[in-house]
Amino acid sequence: MALVVWGFTGLPDFGHYKGDYGRLLAKVAVPERKATDVVVSTTFDYRGFDTLGEEMILFTAVLGLVVLLRELRGEQEEEEEADDNKEGEAGREHRTSDALRIFGLGLVGPTVLLGVYIVTHGTLTPGGGFQGGVILATALLIVYLAGRYAAMRKVSPIPLLEAGEASGATAFALFGLGGLIIAGVYMKNFIDPGTKGSLLSGGFIPLLNIAVGLEVAGAFSLAFQEFLDQTILLRSPGGGE
Amino acid sequence: MIEAFQIVALVLVAASGTAVVLVRDPLRQAVVVSFYGSLLAGLFFAFQAPDVALSQIVIGSVGVPLMLLMTIAKIRKREGGREGDE
Repeated sequence: MALVVWGFTGLPDFGHYKGDYGRLLAKVAVPERKATDVVVSTTFDYRGFDTLGEEMILFTAVLGLVVLLRELRGEQEEEEEADDNKEGEAGREHRTSDALRIFGLGLVGPTVLLGVYIVTHGTLTPGGGFQGGVILATALLIVYLAGRYAAMRKVSPIPLLEAGEASGATAFALFGLGGLIIAGVYMKNFIDPGTKGSLLSGGFIPLLNIAVGLEVAGAFSLAFQEFLDQTILLRSPGGGE
Repeated sequence: MIEAFQIVALVLVAASGTAVVLVRDPLRQAVVVSFYGSLLAGLFFAFQAPDVALSQIVIGSVGVPLMLLMTIAKIRKREGGREGDE
């Protein structure tokens, strides 16, 4: 306890940031990379290698989740497969009110648009691949909330999500390799940064954003879907329901 | 340096964080933690971190509570199957 208090006394005052790296980036980032969102140019360019690592963490985490839950599913789903077709969509769908359904379906379009906007405008305004990606994943959840579990399975088949996730992660790593080949340094920005304030400014940062957006949207949708599968499709063994 | 908006955000986050701990029923806790997550996003925004706030909105107010809810649903289903009605 005393140690914590002692530690707190050594902290800088509120609003007094002590870090040369941050100060330097704040000055240098916009003229150098022409991207107006310094946070994004930091995470995707100056510190791109860290982001690659984070990307891989998310990728392996979701991979582990899917593998782990799939094993559970394999045991139980075989027995259910027979009556799975009979019950079909009507049996499994929740009964939701019309208001919720209309409201939910009306929200899907704007949510997807917002997600795509956040991904593509990462270099200009706050946002970027990760933020946009999770927004895209929630669009899928809204489809489910609107009471269309079957519809959700249709618009997001698991192979497609897996492909999206994997290709996003691979694209990120490949852009890093591109830096190695073209500019001689891994993860170096090898595309002309363009003009400040335009949509395609920042060199390869927008492209990386799209790659990350794909990866994150795929990963989170996959995770959500696995969780939903666990709770909705699988009945407890020997359970009454 | 500290603005009124930031103080309000800090107080709200502190209050709702306490509320999360005080609510003992996991189901209600999932809802309260969602509320807490969105307030935390406001806090990040107040402290000039809109990038973090954006991801916090989705993860904190949708992602985490959703996983909590589904886990609770799964557990209840299993318990209900074993012991009749819970």
